[in-house]
Amino acid sequence: MTNHTYTVVAESGIHARPATGLVQIASKYVSDIFMEYKGKKVNLKSILGVMSLGVGQGGDISISAEGTDQQEALEAIESFLKSEGII
Amino acid sequence: MTVNVKGIAASSGIAIGKAFLMTEPDLTISRNTVSNKEEEVARFHEAVDAAKQELQKIRERAEIDLGAENAAIFDAHLLVLSDPELLGTVESKINDEALNAEAALQETADTLIVMFEQLDNEYMRERAADIRDVTKRVIARLLAVEIPNIGLIDEEVIIISNDLAPSDTAQLNRAFAKGFTTDMGGRTSHSAIMARSLEIPAVVGTKSATTAIKQGDLIIVDGDNGEVIINPPNDVIESYVEKRNEQDAEKKELALLKNKQTITLDGIHVEVAANIGTPKDVSSVLENGGEGIGLYRTEFLYMERDSLPTEEEQFQAYKEVLEQMGDKPVVVRTLDIGGDKQLPYLNLPEEMNPFLGFRAIRLCLEEQTIFRTQLRALLRASNFGNLKIMFPMIATLEEFREAKKLLLEEKELLQQEGTLVSDNIEIGIMVEIPSTAILADQFAKEVDFFSIGTNDLIQYTMAADRMNESVAYLYQPYHPSILRLVKMVIDASHAEGKWTGMCGEMAGDSIAIPLLLGLGLDEFSMSAPSMLKARNQINQLTQLEMKQLAEKALAMQTSEQVKQYVKEALKA
Repeated sequence: MTNHTYTVVAESGIHARPATGLVQIASKYVSDIFMEYKGKKVNLKSILGVMSLGVGQGGDISISAEGTDQQEALEAIESFLKSEGII
Repeated sequence: MTVNVKGIAASSGIAIGKAFLMTEPDLTISRNTVSNKEEEVARFHEAVDAAKQELQKIRERAEIDLGAENAAIFDAHLLVLSDPELLGTVESKINDEALNAEAALQETADTLIVMFEQLDNEYMRERAADIRDVTKRVIARLLAVEIPNIGLIDEEVIIISNDLAPSDTAQLNRAFAKGFTTDMGGRTSHSAIMARSLEIPAVVGTKSATTAIKQGDLIIVDGDNGEVIINPPNDVIESYVEKRNEQDAEKKELALLKNKQTITLDGIHVEVAANIGTPKDVSSVLENGGEGIGLYRTEFLYMERDSLPTEEEQFQAYKEVLEQMGDKPVVVRTLDIGGDKQLPYLNLPEEMNPFLGFRAIRLCLEEQTIFRTQLRALLRASNFGNLKIMFPMIATLEEFREAKKLLLEEKELLQQEGTLVSDNIEIGIMVEIPSTAILADQFAKEVDFFSIGTNDLIQYTMAADRMNESVAYLYQPYHPSILRLVKMVIDASHAEGKWTGMCGEMAGDSIAIPLLLGLGLDEFSMSAPSMLKARNQINQLTQLEMKQLAEKALAMQTSEQVKQYVKEALKA
């Protein structure tokens, strides 16, 4: 398993558009991928899960992946978060 | 037999076609136990897949018609339908409790909806609506009933609906939607305004269209007289076809005025301009021979999204409008939000009287970061055309002074940073609150121009909520009290060498135009399709005569008297 922790800098946190993108990317990988925020862990392939976290600016999120493509998955997610100005 | 339904004439023209009913089917579900769980899970997945395909089609259409940004909402809906948590929970409910798919889905969705509605973020709370929407789609599939979708219409129809939401009108395709009629709404409701800007004949506020009309009925929408005719006999159809052809011919005639000026018979030039909401609207302004833009409503930049637009996004939009208009004037109204036009992501408290509440300039002077961002974007764009800035909902001189001060502060900051800002930006105000109309002589010393917003001025003068159909009769633009206020504003501006425009519905009204011309109005701003007709009318009037007409009207007692008097005078 591999995991990373980030601090969200985007003013509006992880709102609908980036949440949609995150789930679309995570769903491309076979690994199990999770996001944890304030002690709550959700399936990153679930849009409802991600949105229910309501991640705001300054929040610390931790993303973990486990499976055959865990490394690629985490890299793709990280580069998406950066390109959207989330982290 | 011919049946008629009466309503409010919302958008002129005649449309003839088959009825497309947008009423919701009965989606009542039952809760029962199933014997074959495997089959039930499969049935559920089939319904989900069918709903996904339908959404995919709507999404594709939306992307072509409305652009990628507006289509994005359907991406979120599609993801909800693929959500492993949602699908997994429904499956286990079917497997563990032997529930039927409809009930399993409804119970799962209800739990999620409650969870989202409890989140402390207004935007997230609204996601509950997304879940409801997709759940409805799947349940309709399970029940084998059809939910009508405006975005999937592919033949010429007349749309019949209880009301049309902005998301519905956004999907209206002019090629297929020949006209529409709704049970709800008034002349200034969203659906009516959209119909006029799309030039689709419409009758709204019929109260009974959806019950009187059946799917596939032959319908005539008479947007000039506010009539909807159901299954008319052939001779009636023929007479309407003839009328429609006459209107088409008249349109062609008017098109000849496109590049002409608006000048009265006695040589007075007034400006006929357009109201717009987005840069996309500019093409219609130019096609219809607009001499300027009298009202650019900037709210649309802030709506249908989940965060504030950045300075750069706004700058690009303002620049696009200014560049396309060249040296023609563009009056941009700063953010008029709050009240009935809410931005969920601002988390503003709900109000008892939104129209009398925390909105427009009141909000902007409090939330200065939002306001300053917009002012900077406007100032940066000022070099790309003929920009005029207008503040909405000004009630006192102090508000105007404060808003102007912030504008000048941002201008100085930009100049210090080396950004070019035009030195010829006129700064004006909307006159829509009676206090400002009454004190116009004092305001005229400090502002560069006035623009009278009649929709609000009338509702505040009459104390009649324009969203409330029960008091719609008080929307009386020709009422002598309104005419007197308009006169005060125009006279006050002229005494200081300033000008007055009007950007409400009234400015494009054929009865109001002679009166306004007589009162000395300098600029008439209206929906783009109304402009050529207004120009044609003004070109045949004499201002001196209209002045006498207006003077008589000012001394009358009721709106009805004024209306009849002007009608008679125009005939002569």
